[in-house]
Amino acid sequence: MSTTLDSKIPDGPVGDKWDNFKANEKLVNPANKRKFKIIVVGTGLAGASAAATLAELGYQVDAFTFHDSPRRAHSIAAQGGINAAKNYRGDGDSVHRLFYDTIKGGDFRSREANVHRLAQVSVNIIDQMVAQGVPFAREYGGMLDNRSFGGAQVSRTFYARGQTGQQLLLGAYQQLARQIGIGGVRLFNRTEFVDVVVVDGRCAGIVVRDLMTGEISSHSAHAVVLATGGYGNAFFLSTNAMACNVTAAWRAHKRGAFFANPCYTQIHPTCIPQSDDFQSKLTLMSESLRNDGRVWVPKVAGDSRAPHLIPEDERDYYLERLYPSFGNLAPRDISSRAAKRAVDAGQGVGPKQNGVYLDFAEAISRLGKATVAERYGNLFDMYERITGENPYDVPMRIYPASHYTMGGLWVDYELMTTIPGLYAAGEANFSDHGANRLGASALMQGLADGYFVLPYTISNYLAGWLNKSVPDTSHPEFSKVEHEARDRYHRFASVGGTRSPDWFHRELGKIIWDYCGMERTEAGLEKALGEIPALYEEFKKDLRVTGGTDGLNQTLEKAGRVEDFFELGMLMCRDALDRKESCGGHFRAEYQTEEGEALRDDENFAHVAAWESTGDPMAPQRHVEELVYEEVHFQTRSYK
Amino acid sequence: MSNTLKNLTLKVWRQSGPQANGAFETHVIDEITDEASFLEMIDILNERLIDEGREAVVFDHDCREGICGTCSLMINGQAHGPERGTATCQLHMRKFSSGDTIVIEPWRASAFPIIRDLMVDRSAFDRIVEAGGYITAATGGAPDANLIPVPKPVADAAMDAAQCIGCGACVAACPNGAANLFTAAKITHLNLLPQGQAERFKRTEDMVETMDAHFGSCTNHGECEAACPKEISIDVIALMNADYRKAKTKNRKQLALK
Ligand SMILES: Cc1cc2nc3c(=O)[nH]c(=O)nc-3n(C[C@H](O)[C@H](O)[C@H](O)COP(=O)(O)OP(=O)(O)OC[C@H]3O[C@@H](n4cnc5c(N)ncnc54)[C@H](O)[C@@H]3O)c2cc1C
Ligand code: SF4
Ligand code: FES
Repeated sequence: MSTTLDSKIPDGPVGDKWDNFKANEKLVNPANKRKFKIIVVGTGLAGASAAATLAELGYQVDAFTFHDSPRRAHSIAAQGGINAAKNYRGDGDSVHRLFYDTIKGGDFRSREANVHRLAQVSVNIIDQMVAQGVPFAREYGGMLDNRSFGGAQVSRTFYARGQTGQQLLLGAYQQLARQIGIGGVRLFNRTEFVDVVVVDGRCAGIVVRDLMTGEISSHSAHAVVLATGGYGNAFFLSTNAMACNVTAAWRAHKRGAFFANPCYTQIHPTCIPQSDDFQSKLTLMSESLRNDGRVWVPKVAGDSRAPHLIPEDERDYYLERLYPSFGNLAPRDISSRAAKRAVDAGQGVGPKQNGVYLDFAEAISRLGKATVAERYGNLFDMYERITGENPYDVPMRIYPASHYTMGGLWVDYELMTTIPGLYAAGEANFSDHGANRLGASALMQGLADGYFVLPYTISNYLAGWLNKSVPDTSHPEFSKVEHEARDRYHRFASVGGTRSPDWFHRELGKIIWDYCGMERTEAGLEKALGEIPALYEEFKKDLRVTGGTDGLNQTLEKAGRVEDFFELGMLMCRDALDRKESCGGHFRAEYQTEEGEALRDDENFAHVAAWESTGDPMAPQRHVEELVYEEVHFQTRSYK
Repeated sequence: MSNTLKNLTLKVWRQSGPQANGAFETHVIDEITDEASFLEMIDILNERLIDEGREAVVFDHDCREGICGTCSLMINGQAHGPERGTATCQLHMRKFSSGDTIVIEPWRASAFPIIRDLMVDRSAFDRIVEAGGYITAATGGAPDANLIPVPKPVADAAMDAAQCIGCGACVAACPNGAANLFTAAKITHLNLLPQGQAERFKRTEDMVETMDAHFGSCTNHGECEAACPKEISIDVIALMNADYRKAKTKNRKQLALK
């Protein structure tokens, strides 16, 4: 059975929808805006830009983050760049082309109307960030520079050395800081969102835990925005920051928000391979390196000669061979799987034979060391610090790792979840990238949501609540949810078992990586759906959290996050099992072409799977939103 | 190739709360590969503590890529440890040798009160940014980005300063606990750019005065530059000071005009 999800897509041809929405939406006049309280959870690109803009418009805004400062959000780590359809190169880019590339890159599993809007507002993002003083790379004439990125044949990526995310986040943070300074936003730092409160079918507020004191408290609002990032840390080892987690989205899911496409996860092709068993995270080497680096492995399995001793004709530059028109810039999912195949075939390199080479020798001889250093110097330094090897002399070793999650809370065109008044923005929603995200498009989406979409769409909801009373925190539902939160933390602290939360996280991550990672099979997923609940039972019985629930306790915080990953892990596998096709980041070994490429089933699966929680994590309810393509026609994605 | 380090003695600062008295606690790490990062060594120690039923050492960290500025350890008296231009999380054990004793402390500065163990409160940095570390540009009205050309050398110099990760090592390394390098880095980034001119002097004045309200004063030791993981040049402080002096005269002029 399935309820129909109303995606609230506006009328008109795809290119007019956003304008039509704006022309017809309900507005809140400036004097009335201050009557509304909006809570924004998360102060990454999406959250900081939303909070700052909503405060500028005159709403009362309370922002929450578990970090000590908004500037620490994981967005800070993005290296490569941000896309925008500016066509400053005159190389044939346009809103339509960015729209088309994103739909195609997403393997025809995203909502046309949302993607088109994203491409439209992309140009405003660059204007806005430059006005704020983001020091994007420039040409000698003073104009903005661009680079190319995987999955596109135009140069539309704006960048600030290898620190684009940092500079964009600092821009948004500074705009937020200004609002904090003048009293437009109240910031609650080191405060973790632990639950959402739903009263009469509408989001009435949130319950949070003060990480310094352990105190649990309630906050009511007219609307709540979750901009809490992605769940890539479900795999334990990923390129995400250590604290990234799914808790906010998952708690909302358990209270009624549908979770869409959890199996769409992105494995990034260029990360430093794992070097030991207690490794805490994997480090991304920006995809921009593939502009000049060439990927290869030895032709013969088990060839353990040093790279410079392997002659040209004994090397397999497999991306250039298999995908001549995109070569080393083939999209992420395709490059990742190609690397996995090489390593699985025994052609892996490095001490653990778990990587492939990314070689700059040719670039250095063509461009000179100085140019290569200017383009990638800080990345090369980072690589050397971590591995002890110098990439100017020895090729880098890379391997795919969990990086980004396309799935997330289901939202309609207005970014509202299935709980009225609860919105999701940035990586936390599922909205724009379908089954695979193109490089440099997450920063674009986070800022689009926060700066240019939510501020418009949220008034459409709030207008209906003008001068109506909404429940405050004295409503019994708040104390009930607070009570449940306290019980939950007491439960973790009192299990008294033998294993730390990290131990469980690591074990859980291995299961998800093995069976729901780069390649999935029915048998493997069934197996994972047996192993995860078993490990979860063990977690409940054998967890050990030292220290109490009052005051700062990082072990306790971790326990809550790991528990949510358990339930999410089950949903990821369930979703992967039910999606009997391959598309983008979801590769089911049973569904592939003779050349080993993803085989989509547009007849049966051109839809979003949106899951409803039933209380039993092993028996969620699947709903579908059919994807209707008016502008773009299905085609087999080819990067040959 | 990886090597194994043996017999490391860690002296770790433990302090149960802001008001509590702290003390060093000694732990021995029998064996660890030099591929491990410094923070992975602390992870291992923490797993062991939990195993023994004790509370884990509290420390701040997140990205572990040297960019978020969360990690903040004083290692053998050096902010972020012995490797130049490297944040704690990017420090690897290959910089140490078997038999070493490693002293691990939190940032120590009066503006950064200790919260617990190795974690400190750096929100005074946010107060400085809130006072003026921005360009006022409300969402919506920005002109086309290429209407504001920025010469490449200017953009590069702004970027050099903008790289600051807000970690606070400069403050921790400074004998006076001054925040001049941090503050000047932000002021330089914004004051160099054409977009930053309108608020240039007000920004400088407000930020410097907020800095002075929280932090100690600079006496040109230069320890900050040596400790900075982003190798921000101390030149930015000269630029800030020059703009601060101008700000004072400019504002007087503005007042006189009224
Ligand atoms: C290493 C790396 C490099 C990348 N490079 C690029 C790139 O070059 N280009 C690109 O487009 N994309 C890139 N990405 C992806 C992109 O950075 C992210 O998708 C994007 O920044 C996410 O932004 P966000 O605002 O949605 O979430 P985040 O920046 O993750 O922010 C989440 C916020 O939510 C808060 N939060 C989370 N849970 C809670 C809770 N329970 N309670 C309170 N607060 C909470 C956090 O404190 C934080 O403030 C990269 C990602 C990685 C990992
Ligand atoms: S100036 Fe350097 S040391 Fe100081 S906060 Fe910034 S990055 Fe850290
Ligand atoms: S943990 Fe982010 S800079 Fe060290």
